[in-house]
Amino acid sequence: MIILFGMPVVQVLLFGFAITNDIKDARIAILDKSNDYMTREITNKLLSSGYFILGENLDKDDQIDKVFRKGNIREVVIFEKNFAEKIEKEKHAAIQIIADASDPNMANLLFNYTRSILNDYQRQLFKDKQFPMQIQTETRMLYNAELKSVYMFVPGIITILLMLISAMMTSISIAREKELGTMEILLVSPLKPLQIIVGKVIPYVLLSCVNAVIILLLSFFIFGMPIQGSLLLLIAETVLFIIMSLSLGIFISTVSQTQQMAMMLSMFALMLPTILLSGFIFPIENMPVPLQYLSLIMPSRWFIIIIKAIMMKGSDIMFLWRETLILVGLTLFFIAMSVKKFKVRLA
Amino acid sequence: MPESEQIAEKRETIIYVRDLVKRFGSFIANDHLSFDVYKGEIFGFLGANGAGKTTAIRILCGLSTPTSGQINVAGYDAYLETEKIKQNIGYMSQKFSLYEDLTLEENFTFYGGVYGLSRKQINEKTKLLLTRLDLLDESKTILKALPLGWKQKLAFCVAIMHDPKIVFLDEPTGGVDPITRRQFWDLIYEASHNGITVFVTTHYMDEAEYCERVTIMVDGRIDALDTPANLKKQYQAASMNEVFLRLARTARATGL
Amino acid sequence: MDLPVVVKDIHKAYGKVKALSGLSFDVKPGELFGFIGPDGAGKTTLFRILTTLLIPDSGSALVDGLDVVKDYKAIRRIVGYMPGRFSLYQDLTVEENLNFFAGIFKTTVKENYNLIKDIYQQIEPFKNRPAGKLSGGMKQKLALSCAMIHKPKVLFLDEPTTGVDAVSRMEFWEMLKRLQQQGISILVSTPYMDEASLCDRVALIQQGRLMDIDTPQAIIDKLPGRMFAITSPTMYKVLLDLQQFENAVSAYPFGDSVHLHVIDEGFETVDLAAYLTGKGHLGFEIKLINAGIEDCFMYLMEKHPAHA
Repeated sequence: MIILFGMPVVQVLLFGFAITNDIKDARIAILDKSNDYMTREITNKLLSSGYFILGENLDKDDQIDKVFRKGNIREVVIFEKNFAEKIEKEKHAAIQIIADASDPNMANLLFNYTRSILNDYQRQLFKDKQFPMQIQTETRMLYNAELKSVYMFVPGIITILLMLISAMMTSISIAREKELGTMEILLVSPLKPLQIIVGKVIPYVLLSCVNAVIILLLSFFIFGMPIQGSLLLLIAETVLFIIMSLSLGIFISTVSQTQQMAMMLSMFALMLPTILLSGFIFPIENMPVPLQYLSLIMPSRWFIIIIKAIMMKGSDIMFLWRETLILVGLTLFFIAMSVKKFKVRLA
Repeated sequence: MPESEQIAEKRETIIYVRDLVKRFGSFIANDHLSFDVYKGEIFGFLGANGAGKTTAIRILCGLSTPTSGQINVAGYDAYLETEKIKQNIGYMSQKFSLYEDLTLEENFTFYGGVYGLSRKQINEKTKLLLTRLDLLDESKTILKALPLGWKQKLAFCVAIMHDPKIVFLDEPTGGVDPITRRQFWDLIYEASHNGITVFVTTHYMDEAEYCERVTIMVDGRIDALDTPANLKKQYQAASMNEVFLRLARTARATGL
Repeated sequence: MDLPVVVKDIHKAYGKVKALSGLSFDVKPGELFGFIGPDGAGKTTLFRILTTLLIPDSGSALVDGLDVVKDYKAIRRIVGYMPGRFSLYQDLTVEENLNFFAGIFKTTVKENYNLIKDIYQQIEPFKNRPAGKLSGGMKQKLALSCAMIHKPKVLFLDEPTTGVDAVSRMEFWEMLKRLQQQGISILVSTPYMDEASLCDRVALIQQGRLMDIDTPQAIIDKLPGRMFAITSPTMYKVLLDLQQFENAVSAYPFGDSVHLHVIDEGFETVDLAAYLTGKGHLGFEIKLINAGIEDCFMYLMEKHPAHA
């Protein structure tokens, strides 16, 4: 009953709050080569607009690449040297906007917001001057120059598919043994709960790996997703994610009495939160704070970061150790919970 | 228990089967079965698991169509008029039960509705049958609360509430205590006395003795068809159990 | 040596329904012990408690000296269990099932092959067939083999012959008798009364209560009075008349005869004949017979009527 009525209510609330295309508190970095009154005014305007938060202040060009790879910054605004001087004397100066286009929609939006704030400033500043002065903007969409939305969707889809299918496979397995009655016999044997659980996960690892390989091949050949980073790392992280999803499935299995319930929990209860709170369609920064915290425990969120980083940015383990560790932790957590929740008796 | 005189009187055939064959791929489940069942008879259908009983019953109930052969049930053809067959028969088995979450009354109302009985008819029948089972006071009790034996007797009553011409009983007394089993057969006798033909399968060989005539299926064929008394004479057996053992042991050792 | 099973005053209820009410009994080493009773008597609940799958509400139970609640892990290593439904892996073959169960008990098929040889030889020709495609009788034999493969000390078989035809049932009990010779204590539950006579001792259970527990012969000997079997060309009428007979404790149909139970000391066959003739019956036959377990079961049921 609770699932039948509660689930849609929860999902509608989730959906409603999480889905928003408005930008709010996007993290940007500023590389101010002039540091004069004008650049500071512009910076101020950007940061007080409510759309942007200052992530980092950069000093040198070579820091840009690193800052994007770390994954926190979505956009870097670069003011050229002697900005104010150039505006007054030569009537134009340049601002470079570099956006992380691995999420092309977001990048586009951010760029447009930035540009419109700049236009605003331009108008305001020069309204009483006679000569048109211009702030020229130069844009670069990093990692995804053509703004292919495929690059945004495919990693997300890979994540969702792997997670849901793997979780579903194992979630049915233990519930099925309970329904068929073979669980009784397994219980009346020397087998420990951990042995039964691990025994259930392992065969599906292989199956899911095959799944994963097919999906990756398709993304590469048909959708043209690049694999900038190490293929080995990609495979390793994928296997880790699969094991995590399988463990989640087993956990669902131990708390479900029937296969039906296991399926419902793993497919329907998981699906929307996984998609919405992973940040692959709707940016996490835009969600209400409680949801942002919730998204921290969504394994899909971390894996999408990993997969995008490896495929599009060519990041290596140095940048991704934090996310990897989180996935490892979640895996161990689900296995431990499964062992704990596993009923050694029938009632 | 049959009265030998009764058989001579009721010679109207209500189930007519000639050369019934049912094939599943290359496996022949029913191999040229031929028999008649007379109106008002208590007809026993015996055989080991896998001998083909369930397949045959499903065909007679209009739930599946035969591969070949002539089959007529309650006057309707088993190929073309399966819906008419279903309307005129009742069915009850050990596995199929009533709805456990509904009360006794509600079960009668539901099935009565399924068979197209009017409100009035349903109320009458419910009262009649519950009184017969001495359960009128429990009409608003949920089925789940009753012991198994009562559930089986109720299921039988529900199966005959629409006064079908034939009622098919598939191992109706499985796992029930010996006293309730006999009470169940009291109900069967009454139904037969009221003109309902009873087609019953069972694993209890003593129940075979309560039937007027009995067939024994082995490997998809009918290997015996007669009154229990005649069969015992024919096989020089002291009981139907012995008759059955003698016949069933001849089954091919196919492991199927 | 510890007794294979010791049960003291076990109670178990599911919500409002009382499944077991104060059961107490022992099983002797190497015994073939039968629990006879209809569905709902509590047999499966009892077996689940003894195999440590359920915890009793009150009372205690020991299997081979080990407590079912505290020492469940140890018990699970030494018992064999064949639950009600045929719980084999339907998509694994006969051989694969056997190897699987041997494996989880850390032994091999070879090690204890002599134990299951008799049974296994009958299904060996089908060893590569998926278990789901076997007949009921064959599945039974395989399930028994799988339950035995690790040489358990105590074997629990919960309704192994239910839904199976008479021939397979007989064969199964023959197998059990042979197994008994290997020194394994075997507890079997069944709703079939005729199987009681094949056990060393039986417990008659009805609605969670033990009605009697003894050797089959002792139970029959305990039945007071005498049992008559009457056949007649007009059976139905005879049954009705006998049911109204005041001297009788009970009159029940039993296949082709009616069993009449009379406790009256001086009552003889001639008295019965007189009664029937008086009712207009001709051509009937009366035999004095030994009661069977079913007769005893019904007598005890009437003596301890069940509460709804």
